[in-house]
Amino acid sequence: MNHPDTYRDGPDETGHFGNFGGRFVAETLMPLILELGSAYRVAKEDPIFAQEVARYFKNYVGRPSPLYFAERLTPQLGGAKIYFKRDELNHTGAHKINNCIGQILLAKRMGKSRIIAETGAGQHGVATATVCALIGFPCVVYMGEVDIARQQPNVFRMKLLGAEVVPVTSGARTLKDAMNEALRDWVTNVEDTYYLIGTVAGPHPYPEMVRDFQSVIGDEVRRQLSDLEGKGRLPDTLVACIGGGSNAMGLFYPFLDDEEVTMIGVEAGGEGIGTGRHAASLNAGRPGVLHGNRTYLLQDSDGQIIEAHSISAGLDYPGIGPEHAWLHEAGRVQYVSATDSEALEAFQLCAQLEGILPALEPAHALAYVIKIAPTLPSDHIIVVNICGRGDKDIFIVADALGVSL
Amino acid sequence: MITVAPKTARLEKCFENLHAQGRAGLITFVTAGDPNPQCGLEIMKGLPDAGADVIELGMPFTDPMADGPSIQAAGLRALDAGQTMRGTLDMVRSFRGDNQTTPIILMGYYNPIYSYGVNSFLADALEAGVDGIIVVDLPPEEDNELCLPARIAGLHFIRLATPTTDDARLPIVLRNASGFLYYVSITGITGVGAAGADAVTSAVRRLRSHTDLPIAVGFGIRTPEQAGSIAREADAAVVGSALVDQVTKGIADGRDPVEAVLSLTRELADGVRQARNRVLS
Repeated sequence: MNHPDTYRDGPDETGHFGNFGGRFVAETLMPLILELGSAYRVAKEDPIFAQEVARYFKNYVGRPSPLYFAERLTPQLGGAKIYFKRDELNHTGAHKINNCIGQILLAKRMGKSRIIAETGAGQHGVATATVCALIGFPCVVYMGEVDIARQQPNVFRMKLLGAEVVPVTSGARTLKDAMNEALRDWVTNVEDTYYLIGTVAGPHPYPEMVRDFQSVIGDEVRRQLSDLEGKGRLPDTLVACIGGGSNAMGLFYPFLDDEEVTMIGVEAGGEGIGTGRHAASLNAGRPGVLHGNRTYLLQDSDGQIIEAHSISAGLDYPGIGPEHAWLHEAGRVQYVSATDSEALEAFQLCAQLEGILPALEPAHALAYVIKIAPTLPSDHIIVVNICGRGDKDIFIVADALGVSL
Repeated sequence: MITVAPKTARLEKCFENLHAQGRAGLITFVTAGDPNPQCGLEIMKGLPDAGADVIELGMPFTDPMADGPSIQAAGLRALDAGQTMRGTLDMVRSFRGDNQTTPIILMGYYNPIYSYGVNSFLADALEAGVDGIIVVDLPPEEDNELCLPARIAGLHFIRLATPTTDDARLPIVLRNASGFLYYVSITGITGVGAAGADAVTSAVRRLRSHTDLPIAVGFGIRTPEQAGSIAREADAAVVGSALVDQVTKGIADGRDPVEAVLSLTRELADGVRQARNRVLS
């Protein structure tokens, strides 16, 4: 594939990143998607909208999140200089809130009055319930029955925030089915409802819009590293975990045209790619169409979707954002994987050496950093996105380590 | 605008005959291979004699985003029983061994077709005896994917119009439509809720001012009375979830699911056939 002049001008008008993306939705939703697209176009060009988003980022989310030099992990690994982008310090404990602030303000501008969302681990559900409480909108969150059982604290958190959590009993009863159910709600309640998608997937304009709202992560890293390491100093390597891929898109996007910056997305390798029990859509899937976009999917030879598996509920999705699929085929970003047990080890190492409990999602990114840092020189700068905090995961970690709480 | 003539004339003949008889048609949706391949084939083969004028055959998919609980469950039941895309095309082939007239429309989602390969799928579907396709997650904005190749290959591409398809958008929806126009009478998923007769009447009249294609109305039609009410205005009534529910109920009650589906089909067909007589009398 030829290198394009820029990797930052996607998607095209029809929502495509190369061959990926698009608008594969039922006719009932098509007018809504088009309305959303034009509303977002207008908002994106409106400085007042940008100011409003920035104000909530600063005063409500607590941005900018720090860029922290990992001062014990770095010497322990004995190679590259490691920085943590600390998006786990955001209000609600993950990067998800960045996107939710942007979309709720857009929904308000559009005159919508009811918000629906899907959630897997519950982080996006909590972030959505939070911004709905903030703005005063009713909120319905669809969550698979299986996920509800393993993420009880987040379920209760959403309820405290005033959201209605609807258990999804169809299909495999996890994130992909929650997304199906949210789409079914939207197709039924077309007049007043805004569907607040939590990742860089779904029909156009969602992948673009969510990426734009998350790009604050990479924009901050550029400024912060310049302050810490000298004017204009770029990171050498960026590392982020990938489920749908929103935190990774947010970190990578501002640097896509900085050729000297290497980017690595870490998929969930589950019990190992060879076992078939994983969530590595790019490493082990093939292109298909689901949830409104063409992207890499875990599917069988007949085009039926295969359930993903990961110790991290937030990475447990059989697809990936279409822009990642395109960056993968273009070779601009490398996509690797880390297994459940590698993520668990990284989780513990980070807790013990840095006093930070990362979520199991970024623990996958850390696992890969642990692998490559020792092989790199000490002037090589790695920035890894710690996109969520691990408090929500302590029961899962305890269980995996054979500890009963 | 596509000018390639369809390779099969079954659908056109069907609507011509219905027109000559002065009645609307009954379009029955069943999921291919539900509850298992053998039973599913028997249901399909029995539908024309029970009064179905057109058969919509659902291609099972794990993630049917526009379907309600009944059709979701039917798809998973069929997949669990081993249904594949090849199996679905084989069913059509077997049906065509006995029946050369009843139009067959395959209905479903894009991924299983995309995975099969668009060109192979179109060639195999035509060869098996399929007349048209309905793909729920392919709006006109994605016509290059399957709609245009299908039309060029000589298959009908049946388009859905919905209450959210306004007058400005209708021409876009109709641009490459063929066979008939399927009006989804409610905003929502299959098998849940029904539109009022007045709303359907005014919607069908609005559609007629935009197209000469026959208009079928579906979503939420469960009883012979409802089917009859639709049949007074539209060219065909589509029933899906209610028939699929008969499979579920038949199994639960220990009855033969084939007979359960066909018996409701007979009642629905009566409702449709008598609809306009009732208006006249």
